[in-house]
Amino acid sequence: MTEKVSAVIVEKLSKSFGSFTAVRDLSFSLEKGSLTGLLGGNGAGKTTTISMLLGLLKPSSGGITIFGDPFHQNREKILSRMNFCSPYVDLPQRLTVRENLSVFARLYQVFDPMQRIEELAGEFKLGDFIDKPVRRLSSGQKTRVTLVKALINKPEFLLLDEPTASLSPDVSIWIRERLKSYRDRTGATILFASHDMREVEMLCDRVLIMNQGSLIDQGSPGELMERHQRESLEEVFLSVSEEK
Amino acid sequence: MLDSYVRITALLLRYFYLLRSSWPRLLEIAYWPTIQMIIWGFTSDYFSHSSPELTAGGILISAVLIWDSLFRSHISYTLSFLEEMWSRNLANLFVSPLRSWELILALATISMIRTLIGMTPAALLAIPFFGVSVFEMGLPLLGFFLNLVITGWAISQVVTGILLRYGLGAESLTWMLPFLLAPFSCIYYPMETLPEWMQSVAQFLSTTYIFEGMRSLILDGVWQPMLMWKACLLNLLYLMVGVSVFLFAIRAARNRGLLMQSGE
Repeated sequence: MTEKVSAVIVEKLSKSFGSFTAVRDLSFSLEKGSLTGLLGGNGAGKTTTISMLLGLLKPSSGGITIFGDPFHQNREKILSRMNFCSPYVDLPQRLTVRENLSVFARLYQVFDPMQRIEELAGEFKLGDFIDKPVRRLSSGQKTRVTLVKALINKPEFLLLDEPTASLSPDVSIWIRERLKSYRDRTGATILFASHDMREVEMLCDRVLIMNQGSLIDQGSPGELMERHQRESLEEVFLSVSEEK
Repeated sequence: MLDSYVRITALLLRYFYLLRSSWPRLLEIAYWPTIQMIIWGFTSDYFSHSSPELTAGGILISAVLIWDSLFRSHISYTLSFLEEMWSRNLANLFVSPLRSWELILALATISMIRTLIGMTPAALLAIPFFGVSVFEMGLPLLGFFLNLVITGWAISQVVTGILLRYGLGAESLTWMLPFLLAPFSCIYYPMETLPEWMQSVAQFLSTTYIFEGMRSLILDGVWQPMLMWKACLLNLLYLMVGVSVFLFAIRAARNRGLLMQSGE
């Protein structure tokens, strides 16, 4: 029997801003190599949770362990093995795609930056616009570039906050395939926050559902549908949100 | 240590690419100090006929150039930080393995490079235009320059700390703060010129000792190391305060969730 190893353990994590509690007593673990969806409506606490997992936000209480080490005491060491992509964060607009990637490759101390950039440019088809400034790219091209930035250091833990938001369906499908392929090839752990229930159902092997800052259910998409006797993750989500 | 060096050079590369991407931006760095020098050069020429003691030894032009090294170092440091806020890139930096002190060191290094790019043409052009060479001050010039650059960094660290806390709404502080120091710094006049209450403020400014020292060197040919020591000690104190304010602001931004939201 193979033992399941947790890449990330979150214990009783809470974050309050004054009297408002954005995340309350959140506990979950992410198995190494898993692709987990973080579902929730607006204000559910997804972005707050991701910000705490990235060290951008200090939890009010609780703990995060990543790769076996307490995150807040080993932030820099752990961050070099992680990466992220979010629609709330941009890349410097005046720099070209190649310049941006060169900077981030060095920030993450990638062994051979130029080779890694060429590898990713080929895989994500950046060839036509790699020497254009980021400000001249379409939103689909920008998403591909931010995703490449997120993969530049071959992260073992990748956090994606709505990476396919506002993209056309064909680009979303293409990006989902790339993410799945990256996980399968490298065994990386991926946490994927999204509003798109269908996307999460297709992509993720496990789902965490949040509502008003709390984790209200979790399991594989199949388990959740069976448990709630629903035919889609969207119906499950609506049902558990209403119950709460 | 090597890891830190690689990350600092990564940020320097980012600022180099930014400068390279826009020739007007590069030109602007040298443009303002040169224009300042030309305006004050002619003013100095005009005064030299009526009151030669006011402009002896090119004191006015030297004071303008030396004061500008504080202003340029501060603006260069703060603008580089603002670039990260304007482009909503701050979160990308704070989720990378980059440490806060590495960010400070990268900003200080790029500030020094930009200050030298800005000040060197102005200082060199003052020689053929007005026959004034600040380089004639010799080694003390390096002391004056470094001290003012460090004062500029200390101000920048406070300003960037405030920017982290209050966002781009506080951007105008970038331009305002150095000018608040100017009247107390005795750039163009000796400290005795100030009213008593202003003198009591001026004695706590490193800049006062730099300009008193410069005047003593240019007008009387006397190098006063004690003035330089006072400036160095005060700058050390400012730098410690500046770094503490910046680090405190990062901690506060992490508590309040401001790092993800920074931007326009």
